[in-house]
Amino acid sequence: MTLLPTPAKAVSPPRPRARFHVRKQALAGWGFAGPFVAVFALVFLAPIGYALYLSLFRDRLIGGTSFVGLDNYTQALTDARFWEALTRVGLFLAVQVPIMLGIALLVALAIDSGRLYGKGFFRISIFLPYAVPAVVASLMWGFIYGTRFGLVGNINDTFGVSLPDPLSPSLVLASIGNIVTWEFVGYNMLIFYSALKIVPRSLYEAAAIDGAGEWRVVTSVKLPAIRGSLVIATIFSIIGSFQLFNEPSILQKLAPNAITSDFTPNLYTYSLSFSGQQHNYAATVAIVMGVITAIIAYAVQLRGMRKG
Amino acid sequence: MRTNSTRRLLGAVAMACVMALGATACGSSDPADGGGGPEDVKSALDKGGKVTVWAWEPTLKKVAADFEKKYPKVDIELVNAGTGDKQYTALQNAIAAGSGAPDVAQIEYYALGQFAIGKSVEDLAGYGATAYDKTFTSGPWNAVKYDKSIYALPMDSGPMALFYNKKVFDKHGAKVPTTWDEYVEAARTLHKADPKIFITNDTGDAGATTSLIWQAGGRPYKTDGTDVSIDFGDAGTKTYTNTWQKLLDEDLLAPVTSWSDEWYKGLADGSIATLSIGAWMPANFTSGVASASGDWRVAPLPQWTKGDTAGAENGGSSLAVPKAAENKELAYAFIEYATTGAGASARVAQGSFPATKADLGSKTFLETAFPYFGGQQANKIFADSANNVGAGWSYLPYQVYANSVFNDTVGKAYISSTPLSKGLEDWQRASIKYGTDQGFSVNK
Repeated sequence: MTLLPTPAKAVSPPRPRARFHVRKQALAGWGFAGPFVAVFALVFLAPIGYALYLSLFRDRLIGGTSFVGLDNYTQALTDARFWEALTRVGLFLAVQVPIMLGIALLVALAIDSGRLYGKGFFRISIFLPYAVPAVVASLMWGFIYGTRFGLVGNINDTFGVSLPDPLSPSLVLASIGNIVTWEFVGYNMLIFYSALKIVPRSLYEAAAIDGAGEWRVVTSVKLPAIRGSLVIATIFSIIGSFQLFNEPSILQKLAPNAITSDFTPNLYTYSLSFSGQQHNYAATVAIVMGVITAIIAYAVQLRGMRKG
Repeated sequence: MRTNSTRRLLGAVAMACVMALGATACGSSDPADGGGGPEDVKSALDKGGKVTVWAWEPTLKKVAADFEKKYPKVDIELVNAGTGDKQYTALQNAIAAGSGAPDVAQIEYYALGQFAIGKSVEDLAGYGATAYDKTFTSGPWNAVKYDKSIYALPMDSGPMALFYNKKVFDKHGAKVPTTWDEYVEAARTLHKADPKIFITNDTGDAGATTSLIWQAGGRPYKTDGTDVSIDFGDAGTKTYTNTWQKLLDEDLLAPVTSWSDEWYKGLADGSIATLSIGAWMPANFTSGVASASGDWRVAPLPQWTKGDTAGAENGGSSLAVPKAAENKELAYAFIEYATTGAGASARVAQGSFPATKADLGSKTFLETAFPYFGGQQANKIFADSANNVGAGWSYLPYQVYANSVFNDTVGKAYISSTPLSKGLEDWQRASIKYGTDQGFSVNK
């Protein structure tokens, strides 16, 4: 809403006798901005406001709803289950994101190098998993991971080996990382590839004249040129990791003991809200999680952009 | 059966209602607050309309069709919103959101307390449900009513029995177990004969675990008003954990979750050799494991002490009308039809296990031969089990939540070296914490 006075001022030059005129114009400005402001407030501000409002109360089976101030926040900050979940996605972030972005970058550079046969086919098949809904992808991988009737089971039977169970507690996080990598390599590849496409060809020619080899071109020209895209992809991946939900939620049915109800912060919020009817506390955890995500994403952005 | 404890449980419900909102919000027998009497139910039927039913029980399909035929103006929309917990999640979600709730919901007995205490289901006493005081068997009836309030009508009940794959047992010369020790023996024999065969599947199931503890004489939950006590250290629980720990330690349980695709496959191909489950199971066998028709038989549930006849309930559901329902009179008319008289008999004929005395005692019911079980008159076994259900069991008034964290805690025993008894201790701790947070006085 603070946006509004600006356009109004901009279109009405400060003429002393035009007071009525200014008001009319301001109203006209509201007329133009109004629909946007209304929708913006309704779909962006209201839900956040509602979550904040919810987080200040506590609804109990015995005793009903009462105002508790910041109690829910104190509870969340000392909640071992929440921190455990956060540490888990932190570990996921530290391992999975570099691998995924690394692969995506390699593929993008390979396609961009122009030395690939069937470039279009290669590109589309790597991108294709992104078009598969996460729920379907998780179900599919769930079947692959099955040690009794799944692909892993079939391999065990056929070759008489016994592969480790991908859904065992020690491996399940890595298995989820594998699914997420499969889903998002293509997406990130496309971001990098489109950034590479707009690097002026003249830079490569200049580099060639300077005697730079392929590798030198990559490190000195291509990578600096797409730094912005790298930062954006990293931020998206950080947010995605912190919001991990679909994959563990689907696989939970196959591995109910390995994937607990507080496996990721989002899953924890979900079970608090829907199994435990603790909507208020769930809202609090969601807000805390949102703030943490925003801080980390912002820090990465600052650091990434400073170098540039 | 479990009169006293259920009374106490629902006493807690009633008391909570009074404390939370005042009596009118809980009981709708007072015509002033809009609850319809039997006449309103009748006129709603004449007027017609649409009733959305959330249920997973397969025999309701036929009942819905019959009902529509009988009352052509009524349109019954049967929706499978998930089984058990999944449906409750959706239901609680819809109730909290204030829209999208069905007119009728299937709710298992263990979960009904939570919905009643949460003020989310309608008291049906004012609609004419009081007339069925003598209609239902005492266990299910006591699970849905307290004093003047009736929160649902019983749809079926689940006295436990042992379903076993006779083909597999015969092939490997295993003896059908009559005690749990023999059960462990049979598990070893079968698994040794063919490593692909497991005596049963188990990945940690709160309902099955509590039912077996119930049968073993354990009474871990006690509720009195808002006072709740939880103790998984009693003798019955120990009897259960001692035996079950053997099955876990020797890897004799198939790591397959019930109701999953793998589970149905396992039941069909013989790799899951037995199920200890409620008597409502036959309908699911016929519809979900059709290819194994003739392989399975029913036997009495194995006993913890040789020669005993102790039974327990597992599952069993009621039909309730959410407070958020749009046409409560019509909804009541449907559940009345589905749970009593013609509707109940039609469901029993399809393999549902009756909660009505008339059906349970009828000769036709007892002598029904199940083609799926090779012509066995399985209802005789179920009826015996129903008559031997141990008294004094009660669930927590927030059992749905407790069950949702079962795998977080007891589940550890299935995937690590954590002993079952330690898992149950953790479950107890989590349940105490939640209860205390919710305002109950737990273990004080």
